[in-house]
Formats: sequence, structure tokens, C-alpha cells
Amino acid sequence: MLGYNLVEDEELEILLNDVANKYGYDFTEYSKASIKRRVNRLCTLDKFTSFAELRYKVINDESYFGRFVEEITVNVTEMFRDRHFYKALREQIIPQLGVHSYIKIWLAGCSTGEEAYSLSILLHEANLAHKAIIYATDINPSVLETAKHGVYPIGSMRTYSENYINSGGIADFSSYYTANYDHVRFIDKLRERMIFATHNLVSDSSFNEFQLILCRNVLIYFDKNLQEKVFKLFDLSLESLGYLALGSKETIKFSELEGRYQQIEKEKIWRKVT
Amino acid sequence: MEKSDLKSKIELLVIGGSAGSFNVLLELIPKIKSPISFAIVIVLHRKSGSNTSISEVFNLKTTLNVFECEDKDQLVAGNIYFAPADYHLLIENDYTFSLDYSEKMNYSRPCIDITFKVAADLYGSKMAAILLSGANADGAEGFFYVNQKSGTTIVQDPFSAEIDTMPKEALKLFKPDFVANVDEIIALINSF
Repeated sequence: MLGYNLVEDEELEILLNDVANKYGYDFTEYSKASIKRRVNRLCTLDKFTSFAELRYKVINDESYFGRFVEEITVNVTEMFRDRHFYKALREQIIPQLGVHSYIKIWLAGCSTGEEAYSLSILLHEANLAHKAIIYATDINPSVLETAKHGVYPIGSMRTYSENYINSGGIADFSSYYTANYDHVRFIDKLRERMIFATHNLVSDSSFNEFQLILCRNVLIYFDKNLQEKVFKLFDLSLESLGYLALGSKETIKFSELEGRYQQIEKEKIWRKVT
Repeated sequence: MEKSDLKSKIELLVIGGSAGSFNVLLELIPKIKSPISFAIVIVLHRKSGSNTSISEVFNLKTTLNVFECEDKDQLVAGNIYFAPADYHLLIENDYTFSLDYSEKMNYSRPCIDITFKVAADLYGSKMAAILLSGANADGAEGFFYVNQKSGTTIVQDPFSAEIDTMPKEALKLFKPDFVANVDEIIALINSF
């Protein structure tokens, strides 16, 4: 049953300030409705009966704080999600990247890595993987462990295989992994050109220049101010004529970047033109 | 219909529906008298990846502006907004939409319960909720929550619903303000 909120706006603000002060993770500019729902969901999951109890646990139990971060950030992702997007990436963007002698891609907010493997498959199929490197980052260290291993439930493979084919894939999708009971492991070849690292979009700075930055369904959890800061970070981290790819319902239209970036047809991909 | 007058002028109407609701909306939306003084938010379970956008379909059927929400779009009275396929739809305190791609709830994304609840927290008695036909239990609890927060509740009469599971689940929880067939729902919307 949907209960009343244990954590209302005021309590949420107190908690997020506590967390920022104690642990240096700043969630105060996350979308309020979304993070409030995540925190209240955590209260239900872990059976807190008062805000004070939750606050005490989060502040005084560092190991619980790990769980807190894991549960209030959203780590749901898929391989080849949005066939139009991956088709555009395969047919229009990746071939353009091929002109560079060294291809650097940043996947920001990679979660458990499904998009990193999708991207790696596209690069291999375009015969560009040998000169490419994918920097896959996330705020959350535990999801990066999953991403590094590339082990996923076998039950998801049917959907991923359909997504792959619908977005223009023609190889046998199952050739990219080995199955073992109820899990699959993606082959080592796909992992060779990936670097996984923690990076917090809120507080960490630019660490390289890229020709392609993908950050899909991450900015929806940020308020407009924070989005603008992250757009500036991406702008700083993107080479001239580089591409920025966002989620299918995200946009740079409220941002200062808009005038300097050109949208690729109707896709949520923009090219830095000046 | 059971109640003679509505509790107060509403600012937001949220409509939740699943299997069997698309046809109801096709009948209902063209009959909403333009202009309206409130916003309408529609959370409809549907398959993602379809080529035609739902806003295009419904823009042809009404003079009201119909949008499919994008992240941080402003909610403006007089318009109709659809939750995009495969995202939960939330409303922020500054009346912008935010999207959420977290776990499915009640096997659903968008989940009707989530939008009903966040809207009820924000609008209280200034909202109305309509729960239409559907084959699962999503929406019922959020619908009840709207009632607890003093919002007006209208459920499609199970006898008139193509699939009556969803309305029946709601009726198990409480007695909504109105149990109405499609014509009565249209009349109610035009009385807000």
C-alpha cells in the first residue's frame, strides 16, 4: 500500500545536506520528486519507521551509506535500448569517428555497463575497436564491478538480441557472450578497450577530451541548474566537431550550449560545431 | 454518478489507463470542450518503440495542445500531456515534469501509481484522478492515495470497461467519488 511519505521535502533537505557534509556526495541538486521517491522507497525496503532512524543510520553507518547511494541512484539500464538511437550511432556517428587516428569515448553514468558493451560491439563491427578507447564512469563503485565483469542474467538476452537486430545488427548476437547456467559473460575481446572508473558528475572535473560523450538517462535525475553545470563539463570535455548523445527524452534546449551545437536529424545527438 | 457537486475547482486532471483505455481516450479527448482551465496528464501503459508519437495521434483529434513529456518540460494549464513510453512521470514542486527510468512497478513503466501519488502530494484537493480500463492492478493504490489527499476520484464503471481488472482493483480499496461510464466521464471533465 502506498503510505504517506516518511521523508517530506524538509527532511529530505536535511538528509541530503548531512550526506554532503559527511561523505562529500552532493545530491542536493538532484530532481526533488525523483530523489524523494527513491529515499521513501528505501525507507519501505529497509523498514525504517521514522526519519530520525533513517538519518541516524545513514550518518553513523558508513557501510549502510554504500547501500544508500546504490539505492537512491538509479542503475537500471539495457543493451541497445532505443533502436533508432543505436541505428544512428552505428550508421552516422561511428563511421565519422573512424577518421581519427585515436578514438576516445566517454560513457558518463555507465551503471552496470550494458551500454559500454553495446558500444564496444558497434566499434568491433566497424573495425575501429583497435584504435578506440571507452572510458566508462559512474558515481557508484559497486555497479562498476558488475560492468567490469560483464556478467548479466541470461533472461535479458532475448530482449537485448532483439534490440541489437532492430538497431541494424547483423551478426549472431550470441557470439558475443558465453552462457553459463543462468548467466552470460560477454567475451574478453569486448572489454579490452574499456576503462572503468568512478566519476561524480556533480563534483569531479573534466579528465580528457573526447570525440563522443554518451550520457543517457542520467540528466533526468538532475535539476536544471545541475544539468547546466554538467553540460558545461561535457562541453569542456568534447573536442570541436565531437558528438554529445543524450537519452531519448533529454535535451540541451534549456542550455547555454544550444547555439553552438547542431542536432543530428531528430536524434538526441548533438555535434559541437563551434 | 453519485455526487452532485465537485469538491473544488481543479488545477490538474490525471488519467491512468492500461489495456482497453486507448479507445476510451480516442472517444473522450475529442469531446473535451476547449479551452480548459486545468492541465491533463495521461499515464497510459503502452509499448515503447512505436514510430508514430502519441502526441501526433491525439493532436489531430482536439484543438487542445497535446504533448509527450520531455524531461523538465513546464506543465501549463490548458494542455494535455502524455507520459512517454518506458519512463515513470513525476511532477516537481516548480511544476516541471521529471522522468525516471527506475525499476518497473506493478510490471509497469510508466507506473500509474507513481504519477497519481506525486500529483496528489503536490495538488491535494486541487486535482482529480480518473482510472480507466486495464488488465492489471497498477493505479488502484495511487487512486486511493488521491482520495486520501482530498482529490476527486472517478473510476470507469467496470461494466463499461473493456477489461475490468483495474477499475475493480480500485473499487476493492474504497468507494470513489464517481463510478462512471465514458459519456458520464466526458460530462464530468467538461464540468471541471
